[in-house]
Amino acid sequence: MIAVGWLVLALPFVAAVAGFGLRHTARRPAAVLAVSATGVATVLSIVAASATATRGPVPSANGVGLASFGALQVHAGLRLDGLAAVVAVAVCVVALLVQVYSVAYLRGDDTYPRYAAEVSLFTAAMLDVALAADLIQLLVGWEVMGICSYLLIGHYRDLPEARPAAVKAFLVTRVGDVGFLLGVLTLGAGVGSFDIGTVIARAGSLPTTTLVTACLLLLLGVVGKSAQFPLHTWLPDAMAGPTPISALIHAATMVVAGIYVVARLYPAFRVDAVPLAVLGVVAAITMLLGALAALGQDDLKRVLAWSTVSQIAYLSGALAVGAPVAAIFHLLTHAAFKALLFLAAGCVLHATGEVLMSRMGGLRRRLPLTFWTMTLGLAALVGLPPAAGFFSKDAVLGGAYEAARGHGGGPAWVGWLVLVAGLLTVVLTAAYATRLWLRTFFGPVAEPAPGQQRWTVREPCWIMTGPLVVLAAPTVLLGFAGLRPQWLPAWLGEPGVSVRPVAGMALVSLGLSAAGIAWVVLTWRRAPAADPVPAVPLLARAFYLDDVQDLLVVRPYRLLARIVTAADSGLVDGAVEGTGAGAGVLSGRLSRLQSGNVQAYATGVLAAAVVLALAAVLL
Amino acid sequence: MHLALPVVLAALLFGIGVYGVLARRNAVLVLMAVELMLNAVNINLVAFDVWLRDTVHAGQSLTLFVIALAAAEVGIGLAIVLQVYRLRTTVAIDDLDQLAEPPQEAKR
Repeated sequence: MIAVGWLVLALPFVAAVAGFGLRHTARRPAAVLAVSATGVATVLSIVAASATATRGPVPSANGVGLASFGALQVHAGLRLDGLAAVVAVAVCVVALLVQVYSVAYLRGDDTYPRYAAEVSLFTAAMLDVALAADLIQLLVGWEVMGICSYLLIGHYRDLPEARPAAVKAFLVTRVGDVGFLLGVLTLGAGVGSFDIGTVIARAGSLPTTTLVTACLLLLLGVVGKSAQFPLHTWLPDAMAGPTPISALIHAATMVVAGIYVVARLYPAFRVDAVPLAVLGVVAAITMLLGALAALGQDDLKRVLAWSTVSQIAYLSGALAVGAPVAAIFHLLTHAAFKALLFLAAGCVLHATGEVLMSRMGGLRRRLPLTFWTMTLGLAALVGLPPAAGFFSKDAVLGGAYEAARGHGGGPAWVGWLVLVAGLLTVVLTAAYATRLWLRTFFGPVAEPAPGQQRWTVREPCWIMTGPLVVLAAPTVLLGFAGLRPQWLPAWLGEPGVSVRPVAGMALVSLGLSAAGIAWVVLTWRRAPAADPVPAVPLLARAFYLDDVQDLLVVRPYRLLARIVTAADSGLVDGAVEGTGAGAGVLSGRLSRLQSGNVQAYATGVLAAAVVLALAAVLL
Repeated sequence: MHLALPVVLAALLFGIGVYGVLARRNAVLVLMAVELMLNAVNINLVAFDVWLRDTVHAGQSLTLFVIALAAAEVGIGLAIVLQVYRLRTTVAIDDLDQLAEPPQEAKR
């Protein structure tokens, strides 16, 4: 079974390496290569996952030794348990659907082979993160994901905002990654091993200060990669990339990698209360921030991006209140419905050529399949039964309630904080999801922008709508996996945990959702063409946090860079160039003696002879 | 005869030669000035040879050498002057400054 795991990891990687070697005209081989490799990897991951479901974690042999630093050994191995398997399956399925979808979405794009190879490389990196048995091996996958994200955000080179967005995403996540690297090293050096199993087993014996420091440093990386406050600013801008990339990297997989790592190392995180309390505060802020910002966006993809920020905060909130099973449950359902929403948004973009919701409207009849699948996705996002989001979000809120009553293991105030923020976010989520739904699919058909001709809006071909239909199935059905403790919780190795909805919490959250929906619907019915949510610049600009970041980080950094550049060109280059220029000026002066007048030379010779003779006589 | 007379004569001749070499514009006259300097040296050689009563007359024999070399030198020198005149139609020394460093702007 370990061999199957290795194959799952290796297939996308081989496809990526081979894909980078293809010429840019080789569209068809690139598509076949990427789709088939990801498809086989998906099948194998399901095989491996079913093995972990029936027989428990696959015992792994000692991995391949990669390097040794004195007493510390770095291995490459596989840790194939339920947690790794479910995440690997989710990654493979979404990656496969995105690869299929991209074949049609990037039809006219002459850089498609490179794109497909980058997606394959990303898939391999994410699978490496999911399956790694060694923290350094995990770190490698983590970093490769970062570079793939950078490359893919900047895929549309002609788009003016793509390049800055890619650089921003890279730099902001890099800030977190520095912390992540230091955290891995602190943990590894403290425990004496990078093996995840050993780290989990021995984390309790570490000095508290070391452990808390390591966990907080790891959390910095998590906050960066998973777009949590205050390092969330890169994710909305990352929407400049192709929409399938937003679905794969910036909704379903990479951004939840941080959550996955915390869940993976959860025994280390729950030893002390501080790291999880910090995570809880971050989650509460991010939840509300993301949901409020999503309410104020006009760009369809940016609504979904802010929604992702807010939903990932649910995951970190669940981790903070001691409910990792609920976090992974919501991670899986979120991967399904958010990938569905992004791919559906891609269909809308593809069909209308428009990203602003104010220029859409009335698309319900023209894009029926997109409309229905997106409705299912939004229902899951809001948490309406029987869609999957209802069950998983309820599990998160239930976990927070348990923690607030003191049963979660952490401090009760973290539970209250996450619970209150989570319930408020439920209202806001319902509001922004309804707003998106109404603005895009209902109301009058918007007039085209001046100077543009009207598009003939048609449903995209089956290659693009097929993945929507496939994703609609888990969007609706995945929630039932948590109904019994023997199903998902037992698979994740926590058979005693229940993630089924509790009647009281379900009623409260449904009531709040209904309130949010009713608010938007009632406002909208008064003026169907207008925005049901008043345009508040504070929300549209996401509380001006980008400007704060610009003021506090970017400008001082630019100033510093200018000083360094000036010092470099002024002092260092100046010294070198000054030497040359000075020699030039001096030799220019001297060369005036070279007058070409022989008699002047002879006079010089005579004068020198006289001086020498006088010197010889007198001295 | 006192040594002062030939030595003063030689010094005068040499001075005139130096002046000619440094100041005359005509290349032929410069060559002649060089001859004057050589002859000033010759006078010194002969005078000191006599005054020192040299038995092997090294001074006089050296003078013969110098005369022969001066003849050869003038032959070559005049040939060069002739060629210069053919090429440049002038033998004015301060016009013949093709080897001068051309005037330059300040460059890096």
